[in-house]
Amino acid sequence: MVAEPADPPTIRRMTMIADAPDGLADEREPVVELDVVSCWYGSFRAVKEVSLQVRPREVTALIGPSGCGKSTLLRTMNRMNDLIPTYRTEGTVRFEGQNLYGPGVDPVAVRRRIGMVFQKPNPFPKSIYDNVAFGPRINGFKGNLDELVETSLRRAALWNDVKDKMKQSGMSLSGGQQQRLCIARTIAVDPEVILMDEPCSALDPRATLQIEELMAELKQEYTIVIVTHNMQQAARASDTTIFMTMGDDRAGYVVERGPTVKIFTNPEERLTEDYVSGRFG
Amino acid sequence: MATIAPAARTAPRFEPALMRRKLTGTLFYGACIAAVGLLLLALVALLVDVFLRAAPWLDVDFLTSVPSSRPARAGILPAMIGTLEIGLIVGLLTFPIGVAAAIYLVEYASDSRLNRMLQTNISNLAGVPSIIYGILGLAVFVRVLALGPTILSAALTLSLLILPVVIIASIEALKAVPEAQREGAYALGATRWQMVRQSVLPAAAPGIMTGIILAMARAIGEAAPLILIGAFTFVTFLPNPFEGQYTVLPIQIYGWAIRPQADFQGISAAAIVVILGLMLLLNGLALVVRARLGRHIQW
Repeated sequence: MVAEPADPPTIRRMTMIADAPDGLADEREPVVELDVVSCWYGSFRAVKEVSLQVRPREVTALIGPSGCGKSTLLRTMNRMNDLIPTYRTEGTVRFEGQNLYGPGVDPVAVRRRIGMVFQKPNPFPKSIYDNVAFGPRINGFKGNLDELVETSLRRAALWNDVKDKMKQSGMSLSGGQQQRLCIARTIAVDPEVILMDEPCSALDPRATLQIEELMAELKQEYTIVIVTHNMQQAARASDTTIFMTMGDDRAGYVVERGPTVKIFTNPEERLTEDYVSGRFG
Repeated sequence: MATIAPAARTAPRFEPALMRRKLTGTLFYGACIAAVGLLLLALVALLVDVFLRAAPWLDVDFLTSVPSSRPARAGILPAMIGTLEIGLIVGLLTFPIGVAAAIYLVEYASDSRLNRMLQTNISNLAGVPSIIYGILGLAVFVRVLALGPTILSAALTLSLLILPVVIIASIEALKAVPEAQREGAYALGATRWQMVRQSVLPAAAPGIMTGIILAMARAIGEAAPLILIGAFTFVTFLPNPFEGQYTVLPIQIYGWAIRPQADFQGISAAAIVVILGLMLLLNGLALVVRARLGRHIQW
C-alpha cells in the first residue's frame, strides 16, 4: 500500500457517524467508508451518491432488487471495476482511512488486502493445494507454505474434506466445497476485508448454510461485506444491512442502512419495508 | 383481470403427423451415417492401397539409407532428417511468436475495431495458398536476406505459413478461458502478467499446444512452397540447416512418384507410410499433451 497519510477526520465525517440511522453513534472506526460515491459505466450512472460505512469484524449485507448496483458498489471497494475500460468512480472510497482511488494507490496492492469471493465458484484448474498456494506464491510469501495452506483450509472449514486429496483438481470438488476452496484461497493472502458477491447463489441450501456458518466464524477475524439476493440469508447471516434500490434513471442508491434486526423488523422507510416483506423486488 | 370468454372447444387444430416427423428424423440420421461411412471408406481405401504398395519396400534399410538410382538400395534418411530439422526450427520459431502475439491480442490490446480487424486478417492469412508463401520466402529469405535455398529459408517460410494457424488456435484457446478465472487471479492481488502467466496460460495450454502440434503437422506435410525454396529431389547426404542442398519427405515422395518405373512408385508409397507415421505420432502427441495439461480442467 502507499504511505499516503490518512485524511484527518472532518466535521462532516463525524456528523455522519453520529447520524447513523440506528440513532446510536458507533465509536468503532469504519474499515471501509464510502463518501458520496457514484459509479459510472461510460455515460451511464449505475450507482448514485452512496455514502456508507463498513464496520470491522462484522458481516455487512447489501440487499436490493436486481440491477440496483449492489455488485458494482461492492467491486468499487477493491477496485475490481478498474478492469472495465469505461468504468469510473466519483467520490471517495476509504480503506482504513486511506483513499483507495488516491494518486499512487496500486489496485493490485488493494486487492490483496480486500479479497473477493465470486458468485459462481471459480477455482483454478489446478490442484487443491495449488489453488490455495496461488495467492501466497504471487505475493512473494516467504514462510512455510504447507502450513499456510493447511491453516487457510482449516479456517474455511474444508481441511477435513480435502486433506487426503490435496493433489486432486480443485474443480473436482462439489459446488459448496469449491466455494469454500475459493474462500480458503482468499484468506491465504491474509486480507482485512472479504467481499462476497452472492456467494451462495449457485449452491444448494445445505451448502448455503455451511457458507453462512463459515461467515459467522470468519467475522471474528475478518470484515465481511456480502451482496445477496436472498433476504433470509441477509437476515440470518449479517449484522448490518444496507438496502439499495434504483431510481427512475436506473441509478442505484441507498434507501436505508442499519442493524439487520431493525431493517427487517422495524424499517424507517416504506420502500425497505415493502422489499423485506416481499411485496416488491 | 378482464374475463375472456373461453374459446369454444371445437375440432382440434393440431395435425401431429407423428409418423412423418419421426421418419424425417430417421432419414437425417441415415444421411449422417452415410456421410461418415463415405469418408471412412475413402480413407481406408487410400490407406490399404498405400500400405499394399509400400509393404515390399519398407524395412530398416529404407529408413537409414540415402536415395539411389536403384530403387532397391534407395532410402529416405536425408529427407527424414531434413523434415525433422525443419520441424524443429519451425516449432522453436512459431511457439514463442505465435503465443506471444495471441496473448497480446487477447489479454493486453483493447477490444478495438483495429484489434478485431487484425484478428480477421490473421484468419484470412491462414487461408492463403501455400505456394504464395513460397514466393514470399523466395523473395525475402532466399534473395533479400541472402540465406540461399537452405533448410533455414524453408523453415522460415513454413513458419510464416503456419503462424496464422498457431495464432488463431492460441487466440481461441485464450478466449475459451472463462473471465471468472482472470477475476479470481486479480482478486488475489495478481498483476496482469501474473494473471496471464499463472492463471490464463495454464488453463489455455492444452488448446494452445494442440493447435501448435497440428500446425506443425501441416508444415512438415507441405511440398508446394519448398519447390520454390529450392528443395531437391535427389540428396544423398545429410543436410546442414544453414547451407547447401536439402530435401524433405513430401518432396522426396513427389520426386519418386513422378518417375515412370513401378519400383520407384513403390518406394514412393513407402515414404508416404513414413510421413503418415510421423503425422500419427504428432497427433498422438497432441492427444497426450492435451490430456496431461488439461487434467485439472473441468469446464
